[in-house]
Amino acid sequence: MDSKQKEPLIHLTKRGGVSKKKAMMIRVLAVIVALIVCAIVTGLTTGINPLGVYSSIIAGAFGSARKTWITFQDVSILLIIALSLTIAFRMRFWNIGGEGQVLMGGLGAAACMICLDGKLPNAVVMILMLISSVFLGALWGFIPALCKALWNTNETLSTLMMNYIATQLVLFFTIMWEVPKGSGKIGIINQNSHTGWLPQVFGSKYLLPILVAAVVTAFVYVYIKYTKHGYEIRVVGESPKTSVYVGINVSKVFIRTMLVSGGLCGLTGLLLVGGINHTLTSTIADGRGFTAVLVSWMAQFNPFAMIVTSFIIVFMDRGAGEIATQFDLNQSFGDILTGIILFFIIGCEFFINYEIHLRKKTTKKEEAKAC
Amino acid sequence: MLGFLAFIPRAVAQGIPLLFGCTGEIVTEKSGNLNLGLPGVMYVGAISGVIGSFFYENSVGAGEVNAALAILIPLMCSIVGSLIMGLIYSFLVVTFRANQNVTGLAMTTFGVGFGNFFGGSLIKLAKTDLPSISLSKTSMVFRSQLPFAKSLGVIGEIFFSYGFLAYTAVIIALIVAYVFKKTRVGLNLRAVGENPATADAAGINVTKYKYLATCIGCVIAGLGGLYYVMDYACGIWSNDAFGDRGWLAIALVIFTLWKSDLGIFASILFGGLYILYLYIPTGMEHMEFKELYKMIPYVVTLVVLIFTSMRNRREDQPPQSLGLNYFREER
Repeated sequence: MDSKQKEPLIHLTKRGGVSKKKAMMIRVLAVIVALIVCAIVTGLTTGINPLGVYSSIIAGAFGSARKTWITFQDVSILLIIALSLTIAFRMRFWNIGGEGQVLMGGLGAAACMICLDGKLPNAVVMILMLISSVFLGALWGFIPALCKALWNTNETLSTLMMNYIATQLVLFFTIMWEVPKGSGKIGIINQNSHTGWLPQVFGSKYLLPILVAAVVTAFVYVYIKYTKHGYEIRVVGESPKTSVYVGINVSKVFIRTMLVSGGLCGLTGLLLVGGINHTLTSTIADGRGFTAVLVSWMAQFNPFAMIVTSFIIVFMDRGAGEIATQFDLNQSFGDILTGIILFFIIGCEFFINYEIHLRKKTTKKEEAKAC
Repeated sequence: MLGFLAFIPRAVAQGIPLLFGCTGEIVTEKSGNLNLGLPGVMYVGAISGVIGSFFYENSVGAGEVNAALAILIPLMCSIVGSLIMGLIYSFLVVTFRANQNVTGLAMTTFGVGFGNFFGGSLIKLAKTDLPSISLSKTSMVFRSQLPFAKSLGVIGEIFFSYGFLAYTAVIIALIVAYVFKKTRVGLNLRAVGENPATADAAGINVTKYKYLATCIGCVIAGLGGLYYVMDYACGIWSNDAFGDRGWLAIALVIFTLWKSDLGIFASILFGGLYILYLYIPTGMEHMEFKELYKMIPYVVTLVVLIFTSMRNRREDQPPQSLGLNYFREER
């Protein structure tokens, strides 16, 4: 008799808007649950007391003054990359080529350091390093943007391929400039002359990237929110059709934005090569081009929230590194923990954007009414 | 000439993991899910097989391994491992409608970390006194060739000198191509990837298709990892040895224009390009050029990607809703 189909058990609707407080609470809750799961996983796989795990993580990130400085330095590097990608993300251009753009920036800086050592004064070399690294980073952003603008080439895939082309180029030059021959490594560049080594700020070798990150954060915030360029980026991101209608040249916006995005990534390469490592390897970006995508997305493309998200990632990573050394485990343990936390944060967005309605128990009266 | 003939089997051996990855990713992408977690999935597929066979070999000790068990245990472990990865991805992307790029990258971080962690610490965690993970017995079974392969000379070398997983890869690729071209299921799946709203209206269960395609795709890709470690690497796990093959497999998907039968030749071609530098005399003076040769697969893929978007032929395009999630009530 009852041929009427039942209402589905779970019914989803998109939330119109969620108060910032509630959204924040959901995110914090997700991180807490993730931390608990991480502790359980650590306990199960390694047999370490879960509470002990967290004290080791904190010790790993802030155990000494040097460790604290390095943590903040890593945060700032990751932050700059995430910020530069964000500019592209705001116009729904999925630039996952941060890795390649950073590498090219590093290559540009290293090339100046190696080829111009002793030929030009140090200040000139540094200016040339800045120009070449920003130029190469921007070039690596320009090529996918041009293809997208002209032929609507899928930018996720093209920027991905550009990463590996950059990696191989860096490997090529690594072997070309290797010291000593046959080692496959460049080693510390200009160890004696210090040509092209970025200056120390206020006597601290860790402070420069942190200051640059602060400046870039402010710049990106203002650029997206208060400039004409930023407005155009947001309109293109929200609706390409609208932007054509109001007379925005979408192709031009694509190319211009990716030049900025790639250029900033190139700048990060300069900081890594000239300021921190003083050498060039193909792993200098260390997957941060990809991690930055996550950082930017987790922060909902908000430059200030990115400070927090990049901090969480670096904190867990360095903490897990500490666990690994302390308990004689593999360094990759951090990636597992980061992965778990990411899964939870990614999953929690669902509860922010959607509302779940369970099937209401229909009373007899209502049923009668329905009949 | 002889050098070239010797080159082919090695190119094939390089190409098979790529073929597995490529076929798996094609199945996934045809449902509209761009799974950038493929490298992670392949790592998990590999390490799960390694874990399974590690414990089996340990339990056997110095005795002989049972051939059927030596294959079945790693195979099942690998399938379960990559299936779980597929489920995590589908759950986050299909049910929770999370951003696909972000979920995929998180999966890669997790999967590669998972592989390297257990690869590096398995011995310590299992409290055995072996120096390194070397599953030579299992690998022998995986690499056993057809009995007549040796007697056929060059032809045997080129066509019959591989372990059974290599042939499985080719067969799976052909089946996938057939399913997409000739069957109702394939048509439905393509509809889901092109335009889920239309598919939904036609009565196709979009969620089911997306889940199934993603999980099956992940399992296929995971087998690529298993092949790599058991057959190609002779059962020896070393961290990061798998390298960027997962990304190369994603490149292959674009290169073959989402056609898995083309993938068979393309993967061998890419496998060949991957090791081409070994065969080109650059001399010891200029080792750096081998890195440029390794760049070729990526450059070629980029060029193919740009050319297909330039020509804009409809049948060569990526699935239309690739990378977008479907929510029925959002029209």
